[in-house]
Amino acid sequence: MDVITIEGTEYKVVAERPKSLTDTPFTYCPGCNHGTTHKIIAEVIDELGIQHRCIGIASVGCSVFSYEFFDFDFISVPHGRALAVATGAKRMRPDSVLMTYQGDGDLAAIGTAETIHACNRGERVTCIFVNNAIYGMTGGQMAPTTLLGMKTTTSPLGRDAKRIGWPMKMSEMLAPLQGAAYIARVSMHDAKHILKAKAAIKKAFRAQLEDKGFSMVEVLSNCNVNWHMTPQEGVKFIEEQMTKNFPLGVYKDVWQEEAAKQTAKEEG
Amino acid sequence: MSDERVFMKGNHAACEGAYRAGCKAYFGYPITPQNEVTEYMSAHIWEHGGTFIQSESEVAAINMIMGASATGARAMTSSSSPGISLKQEGLSYIAMMELPMVVMNVVRCGPGLGNIAPHQGDYFQTTKGGGHGDYRLITLAPNSVQEMAQFIYDAFILADKWRNPAMVLTDGTIGQMMEPVDYASMPWMDPPDKSEWQLDEFQEGRERHVLTSIWLDPVDMAVAHEKLIDKYERLKKEEVRYDEYLTEDAEVLVVAIGSPSRVTHSAIRILRQEGLKVGLFRPITVWPFPYDAIRKYADSKRVKAILVPEMNWGQMIEDVKLAVLDKKPVHFVAKHGGLTFTPEDLTEPIRAILKNPEEPNTLWHVS
Amino acid sequence: MLLEEYVFAGFGGQGIMTIGQIIAYAGMIQDFYTAWIPSYGPESRGGTANCNVVISDEIIGSPHTHHPNGVIVMNAPSFDKFEPLMAPGGVLVVNTNLSPQRSERDDLSVVYIPTADIATEVGHPVLASVAALGAFAATREVIDDANMEKGIDWALPAHHKDMLEMNLKAYHEGKKAAEAQLKAAAK
Repeated sequence: MDVITIEGTEYKVVAERPKSLTDTPFTYCPGCNHGTTHKIIAEVIDELGIQHRCIGIASVGCSVFSYEFFDFDFISVPHGRALAVATGAKRMRPDSVLMTYQGDGDLAAIGTAETIHACNRGERVTCIFVNNAIYGMTGGQMAPTTLLGMKTTTSPLGRDAKRIGWPMKMSEMLAPLQGAAYIARVSMHDAKHILKAKAAIKKAFRAQLEDKGFSMVEVLSNCNVNWHMTPQEGVKFIEEQMTKNFPLGVYKDVWQEEAAKQTAKEEG
Repeated sequence: MSDERVFMKGNHAACEGAYRAGCKAYFGYPITPQNEVTEYMSAHIWEHGGTFIQSESEVAAINMIMGASATGARAMTSSSSPGISLKQEGLSYIAMMELPMVVMNVVRCGPGLGNIAPHQGDYFQTTKGGGHGDYRLITLAPNSVQEMAQFIYDAFILADKWRNPAMVLTDGTIGQMMEPVDYASMPWMDPPDKSEWQLDEFQEGRERHVLTSIWLDPVDMAVAHEKLIDKYERLKKEEVRYDEYLTEDAEVLVVAIGSPSRVTHSAIRILRQEGLKVGLFRPITVWPFPYDAIRKYADSKRVKAILVPEMNWGQMIEDVKLAVLDKKPVHFVAKHGGLTFTPEDLTEPIRAILKNPEEPNTLWHVS
Repeated sequence: MLLEEYVFAGFGGQGIMTIGQIIAYAGMIQDFYTAWIPSYGPESRGGTANCNVVISDEIIGSPHTHHPNGVIVMNAPSFDKFEPLMAPGGVLVVNTNLSPQRSERDDLSVVYIPTADIATEVGHPVLASVAALGAFAATREVIDDANMEKGIDWALPAHHKDMLEMNLKAYHEGKKAAEAQLKAAAK
């Protein structure tokens, strides 16, 4: 373990800012999970030793300035197009590690086509999909993932399935596509789940590094400000409401499938 | 004539020009009349170490190009009018991030679905903006199969020289026709070094590279704008290109691009046999537009009038009028709907103009 | 100044586009300026199709031929469409197997060739357009046979090179048929 000396006294380093984050303080709202999500991504990248190979794609939404916080090459791209840009970059530089960081509006509304086709082509890129069921940056409008009955500035009477349909289940949609290598839904509502989220993100990057195919981690995330809740109420809402609509779990795991195939082969 | 010539379609020759320029990525979506580009790229770009994706849409294609170009590769996409409309969003971002890339528009008739016949209705879209915000595309307008190859090749050079997207603006006729092409003027080349700004996997020991088009503070945004404005002003001074045919003694100057400039060539031959002094001025860069060179003719005592034939309702004529500044009449011949000019469509108006040189601006609709 | 402006027209799939490309390519290796342009789009996929060919000893202006001086019509609708547009003094090859019309113009030189019959006799109905091209070469002596033959070879894809002999035979049989007709007409 590292030791640092401050004013003549030696201290053991027990925790530090991940190297893959810049020194820029996060500008996200109090209670928002973007900061924690950034941190665990950066830790994964540090642990995998791929910081200087990473190319990040910043999308449009609250995370539009994510390139300020991650310490590697970045490009900020049009709304919904992150996975198309990632595709072009990865095809030209297969040794780089591509990460898109997208919200629910970006990935599941305006960028639905790009998302589905990047997954179906099995692009070797890793997509972090932050699902907080609302448009944060523009001030709390309805998202494709907004829960039924949820009030937003564009569903003031609550989301009505008859008029606007049901919350989009992206992980469930993408998992059956053959290009998908790893698809998981995780949650940021408590420490235990945050650790699980980190493990999932690590697996997602591994899928890319091992040339397995497309990987996505859907992160259920707090937007207490636009939900008009306290941060604590927000995480409770994730735990009690969001996970009910968006069940947590691994929807596609290429390693498991490969292992199952291997077993079947050996047995039969 | 050399034995090096091959007989090819314009759309195929454009691909060969791209390969010779070191193009390593083509992403596109099928649309007539430029399907040959997508097909030829899908078959041959691999032979040159490149990659092809038939994208899910033109929107995805231009964004894939954005990604490829951001990594320093030479990359291109192409489409025809409706598809080019879809690419405008991406072009706006690409222009602001100063990403060099090439896009070709084999123009068909619009608005809407229009038809697949040759047209020139996308001149405004290309030269005056197209997408949102204040930006310019370096735009080259070929009128032969040879130039399809050459101008794609040149567009890659210009795009990298200026870190700016470049457009090759052509029409269905030039894309579909076959002519001899000689590639001797297009030696195989590699792109220049872009390690100063490109995104790559070699970040150890250098500052990270960030490409963005957002500056929330208006002061910062203005600074970013000024960098572009300065570049555009230099481009206007340094990169204007045009071609002339029998203009030295011309009393009527025809200003035309694309396939109408070919028909003008035929018309001039007929008129010259009658002793009529007509010449062709053909802008090669339509942005930057050759205002000064045309103004020279407007200032000349010899030139009586200027005629602009276009396969649209009148777009480039506005630039010609800006060059002429009311010093001479500027007549317009319109052919649209996807109809193509015959030499007679041009010889008749020119004879009329020379009979009545004082006649003010006239409009001919030929159908 | 030489300015040859051709229209070759028929049904999509008859090989109309290809024989246009053959003569344009042959023109190129004979050191002429040449251009070929198709009618493209839905009509070229099984319906009526045509292509324009321009051959000149000067730089080619318009690639479109509005008043052609050489025409091949492989079916009846093409005859109706293009025969009236032809420039005086032009030559017309009519495929009598699919176009029963007779031209009433006296300012054209017309040959009536059963191209499908010739093709079938040579070995395959698909050769009808090449037989028509041979007939055309007899009426319009601009491009040498040797260059036409190179053009036919150029147009054949690698996996069909075994058809070269048959193609050349169809070309020459078509040419012979037209020459016989022209000789008879001269008498």
